[in-house]
Amino acid sequence: MELFRGVNVDWLGKKWYFLGFSLIFSVAGIVSMSMHWAKIGSPVPLGVDFKGGTQVQVKFEQAPNINRIRQAVAAAGIKDSTIQPIQDINETGGNEVLVSLPEQHDESSLDQGRKQIVDALQANYNNPFTVRNVQVVGPTVGRQLETKALLATLYSMLGMLVYLWFRFQLIYGVAAVVACFHDTLITVGAFALTNQEISLTVIAAILTLVGYSMNDTIVVFDRIRENLRLSRREALPDVVNRSINQTLSRTVLTSGLTFLTVLSLYIFGGQVLRGFSFALVVGILIGTYSSIAVAAPMLVAWQEWRGKRGKAAALPAAKRARG
Amino acid sequence: MKKNLKGKIALIVGVLVLCVWGIFGASTGVTGKDLTEGLTKRIHLGLDLRGGAHLILQVKVEEAVTAETNNTAALIQQDLKKANLSYTQVIVPDPAKPQVIRVDGTAPASSNAVRTLLDSTRYSNEYNLDSVGDNAWTLTMKQPVLTALEAKTVQQAIEALGDRVNALGVSEPVIQEYGLGANQILVELPGVENESDIEKIIQGTNRLEIHAVVGGPYKDEQDAVASVGVGGSVPAEDELKSFTPVTGGSSDAQSVYVLQRVSIVAGNDFRSADPGTDMNTGRRNVQFVLTNEAGDHFYEYTSKNVGRSMAVVMNDQVREVANIQGAIRDRGEIVGSFTQDEVTALSKLLSTGALPASLSQLEKRFVGASLGADSIHQGVTAAIVGVLVVMAFMLIYYKGSGINADLALILNLVILLGIMGLSSAMSSASGGGGLTLTLTLPGIAGVILTIGMGVDSNVLIFERIREEVRAGKLPSAAVDQGFAHAWVTIVDTHVTTIVSAAILFMFGTGPVKGFAVTLTIGLLANLFTAVFVSRVIFDAHLNKLKPGEPLSI
Repeated sequence: MELFRGVNVDWLGKKWYFLGFSLIFSVAGIVSMSMHWAKIGSPVPLGVDFKGGTQVQVKFEQAPNINRIRQAVAAAGIKDSTIQPIQDINETGGNEVLVSLPEQHDESSLDQGRKQIVDALQANYNNPFTVRNVQVVGPTVGRQLETKALLATLYSMLGMLVYLWFRFQLIYGVAAVVACFHDTLITVGAFALTNQEISLTVIAAILTLVGYSMNDTIVVFDRIRENLRLSRREALPDVVNRSINQTLSRTVLTSGLTFLTVLSLYIFGGQVLRGFSFALVVGILIGTYSSIAVAAPMLVAWQEWRGKRGKAAALPAAKRARG
Repeated sequence: MKKNLKGKIALIVGVLVLCVWGIFGASTGVTGKDLTEGLTKRIHLGLDLRGGAHLILQVKVEEAVTAETNNTAALIQQDLKKANLSYTQVIVPDPAKPQVIRVDGTAPASSNAVRTLLDSTRYSNEYNLDSVGDNAWTLTMKQPVLTALEAKTVQQAIEALGDRVNALGVSEPVIQEYGLGANQILVELPGVENESDIEKIIQGTNRLEIHAVVGGPYKDEQDAVASVGVGGSVPAEDELKSFTPVTGGSSDAQSVYVLQRVSIVAGNDFRSADPGTDMNTGRRNVQFVLTNEAGDHFYEYTSKNVGRSMAVVMNDQVREVANIQGAIRDRGEIVGSFTQDEVTALSKLLSTGALPASLSQLEKRFVGASLGADSIHQGVTAAIVGVLVVMAFMLIYYKGSGINADLALILNLVILLGIMGLSSAMSSASGGGGLTLTLTLPGIAGVILTIGMGVDSNVLIFERIREEVRAGKLPSAAVDQGFAHAWVTIVDTHVTTIVSAAILFMFGTGPVKGFAVTLTIGLLANLFTAVFVSRVIFDAHLNKLKPGEPLSI
């Protein structure tokens, strides 16, 4: 069985469609992020890891009534609480509620919030419960995690750039990093659009995406480099098109298979990993798309720009006879 | 041309056996239940799967520094008095800078004498002296001394927490310093069922005190009240405390003492305590050293109360009762009929029982065991579904060669789990040292990702082989070319993802680290299975192919 025998699509010819598609999603994402910024001060809803605060996940014996819970919590004098039921496609049992309190600045009483919530529910709401999960993050740790996440993302992109520069030439590295940026932007935009929180594990997923998107882009670049070495007379756009077509079956298959495994994680993996698997689901689709629609056209555009300015038309890869 | 594959096959089988042992080696039998038990013993689960608490605590080292400088201030006052030098006050002026002591109001005429006194080795070893005008002085603790004191405080806090955690019977707790130089402590308590138990450890009263014994031992509270009580209860300046022997020896029975409410000596008055033997009688005792101020107060009390008893009270429980044999200043002995164990326990209690400074929580995460079990269940389900889908697809799409890919995939997973099991087997064999790889929930996601990304290598190779076959090459040549061309790309893609994972490992917290670990190991194992093992299987198949028979791909 073979799905992609003899494919011959003019990918570069369609680059304006691709650009349009990317622009729509990027702009939608940016608009949504700006709206979030105006409302809550950050482009995406942030998980408790970054914004700090208290989060208590409680499982009730009987189906919980959110309004009664709100009353119970308010009756104990707790202000600014957020109460959400936890919806899950596959939740075993249901009846779970998430009670959150905003960040406390006084670190010596950091744990008071949780205690107050538990006491309030026990005293004022007649529904036995167990505490399944507690997260209390103070401002110090919240800031530390924010810094760590940012640094990790920066170093990742830098590392990729350097690696690609080393293995190929600088322009390849730049094209690949631009594609990664595009992927990250759209993925984060997806979180803003669907109003999902970004936690530390989501950042981990996004960084993995960066690595994965690089993979894809590298496979196409490898083929372009090989083909350039073999046929020095062919016009660059034709070489690129041919390379993409040749690697298409591998690209779609791998992405498809990885996508299926990640989809399985999204569906069956449970609520704790929901954000993580969502990031991967969106990211893998976009990452595959970007290797074809963003990185490759960028290479050609760069070379055409150099050609217009009268410089040599050979793409640097042709010079290096690497194995 | 048939290849000799015996050596290679032996290697693969060897690796397989080693990894299976790594996973199941701890099982006692071969039933399903035994195997699962063996598996859970070998695969070390993170807190988010096992359930438990994770805390980051800030040690308020300023309190310990303040205590030390207050002590020194008292000493200075004594010395100035003894030398008949006048002053208005000796204090620590700024609570935000507890390492600075200020001496005010010395007479300008005696400033030389004051300088000589404050410059003596008693102080100059630890403090830098500065004069402010002609009638005031500041002593600032030297930086190395300050740093050492802070470090010691954190260490003492870690030990005290360790004692309490042990008392709660938590298995494999982690209590260690965290965040270079930030004076923070990381505490991980796996298996803690109720998050209210965490409070007992952190917020538990850390008062360690010595109280005067007014009466006792009594059998129970009623007896005590009957004996000492006024109108049905103990007098206001006294209180009742129960006594349970420290080492649970023959006298296991509880008794009740009536103690004076105000303590003679409190926890932070002890500088140190060591087990020892009395030189004259050869009996075991606990030799302790108090701070100077406490020593003075203690001296006053003990010289007036020879022959009476004192009780060592910790966390509202009487831990030991001892006789006052003579006046004690700051060095003394607690003598009783102690066994060696009791003496060691008591000294340990006195030196570490009290927290040297209070702790504040910077972060707390608690995962209930039920959520952990759910997470395992969900993660494993997702993994199994993922594996089955991928395996089915490879079979349909690549026919015979699909079996090759599926075998490589299964071996990949076995190696991944095997390495994790081996790491925990090796570190428990070396007595808890070494690196134990922990499986967390994102770690399971990493396994699932490994499946998807790992099969990529096979796809790369197979697609290339198909191209070569279509170009007319013979099966063996096609396989050769397929592997040769794909190798470079496989290395590139694996390296980039592993670099991502390495960065995640450096910057991530526990669960994210687990993800980075499983992803990295999975991909490294994949390099072995997708390239070496697949090649061997192909070669074995090629050896059997008749000339002219096509390759099933």
